[in-house]
Amino acid sequence: MRTVGEVVDRAYRDDTGRAVATLIRVTHDFDLAEEAWQEACEQALRTWPQRGVPRDPTAWLFTSARNRAIDRLRRERIGREKTAAALQIAELEAMGDDMHEIPDDRLRLLFTCCHPSLALDARIALTLRTVAGLTTKEIARAFLVPEPTLGQRLTRAKRKIRDAGIPYRVPPREALPDRLDGVRAVVYLVFNEGYEATEGELIRTDLCAEAIRLARMLDHLIPDEPESRGLLALLLLQHARRAARTDAAGDLVTLEDQDRSRWDHELIDEGLALVDASPGAGPYGLQAAIAACHDRAPRPEDTDWAQIASLYDELERVRPSPVVALNRAVAVAMADGPDAGLRLLDPLAVDLDRYHHFHAARADLLRRAGRGPEAATAYDRALALVGNDAERRYLERRRTAVAD
Amino acid sequence: MKYLLLIYADERAYEAMTDDERHEMYAAYEELMRDLSTKGLSIAGEELAPTSTATTVQVRNGERLVTDGPYAETKEQLGGYFLIDVDDLDAAIDIAARIPSVHAGSIEVRPLADG
Repeated sequence: MRTVGEVVDRAYRDDTGRAVATLIRVTHDFDLAEEAWQEACEQALRTWPQRGVPRDPTAWLFTSARNRAIDRLRRERIGREKTAAALQIAELEAMGDDMHEIPDDRLRLLFTCCHPSLALDARIALTLRTVAGLTTKEIARAFLVPEPTLGQRLTRAKRKIRDAGIPYRVPPREALPDRLDGVRAVVYLVFNEGYEATEGELIRTDLCAEAIRLARMLDHLIPDEPESRGLLALLLLQHARRAARTDAAGDLVTLEDQDRSRWDHELIDEGLALVDASPGAGPYGLQAAIAACHDRAPRPEDTDWAQIASLYDELERVRPSPVVALNRAVAVAMADGPDAGLRLLDPLAVDLDRYHHFHAARADLLRRAGRGPEAATAYDRALALVGNDAERRYLERRRTAVAD
Repeated sequence: MKYLLLIYADERAYEAMTDDERHEMYAAYEELMRDLSTKGLSIAGEELAPTSTATTVQVRNGERLVTDGPYAETKEQLGGYFLIDVDDLDAAIDIAARIPSVHAGSIEVRPLADG
């Protein structure tokens, strides 16, 4: 038997996005929608222990949130606002007790929160707050910013949505590919923020899990989008390795040295099934296919590096970037030897000289090629640029090893 | 909602245009303006004379300060505007993307405070 707290928590996690999205569509008011839903959940926590959990907790919460929204519209809308509020109240009342069954409004919410006219950090914060239902405090902690700063960011974003007239709707067909890309970028950034924290603790799992939830939602709401599916697969296949990515001391463990029995094979199976069912030709699909090559290999030496190199080749064609070129060079080195990799790597110094991964990769290839002193110099350069403590300790160990 | 579309472009690039290029650009502007007014979306739209004709005025402590030139020296200068009335920001952005100067310059989309 689940406790009242567990039932409400579960409903809060699963239903916040839908409830808030529908209330915003009708009232055009983010704060009112969020607060009405919040209060409904609080009321459930207060009254259910005595009265018992309703047969359909979600329906109860939606109805309660709807009633609270109606109350607030009646109380708070004054003067000229009354006419619009009357229409909104009528629309909410017409939903009766079936608000939980009306079509999903989360897509509109997602597109509005990820609108390109909002600053990127505002898009991320707003998506986590309204779509994923994280608290301001949780988001502030995850992004290492003070809670008031994060609160202001959210307030400013909501004000801009209202004052600049950012529409609350799914973009028309011709704008959809671009805007979908924007939504996926936000989801991917949330994941990366969790996966590779720039300082302090290496992995902040919560953000990764939230990103996977959002990717799943997107794939569910607009099905058969190869890139959305690719994004979901990519996140699953990367997140599957989380337990093996750091050792007991919190230090980074490279893919090569990871204990593969600690990988999450349930996530891997799900990710591989997605990759195999719809191999994508876009950037996320290709990155998922690369992650799949790693996750498929029982031992590092079983990795199909030639396949990875060719996937990076393709990725460089669809989304050229120096970082992709760097990864391609590493894959070529693994397939054809360090010298082949170094030949591709050296010209990238122009663009990547300030990027510690470039110098770390170069150091590693020099080490493999038996050029110890040059490797040591490259490790020094990487160490001068690295920001993450776990990565710093890893590079220091490598540096010591080649110096001996 | 009403939006002001502020057209920023490099005046020197404009000055360097051949007559044909200039003619082509104005034709494109006229076509856009005709389309917007047919659809009832446009309230106003004008081209400004170059910033070399600009005067900046301030009153400080009751004293009038008049200086020559634009308010701020920038790489791209305000060269014209459209005032439009459309449903939402996305519609305003769509029109901004059709302004001929968008290819070399930038369009700032600003909602009016009293929409």
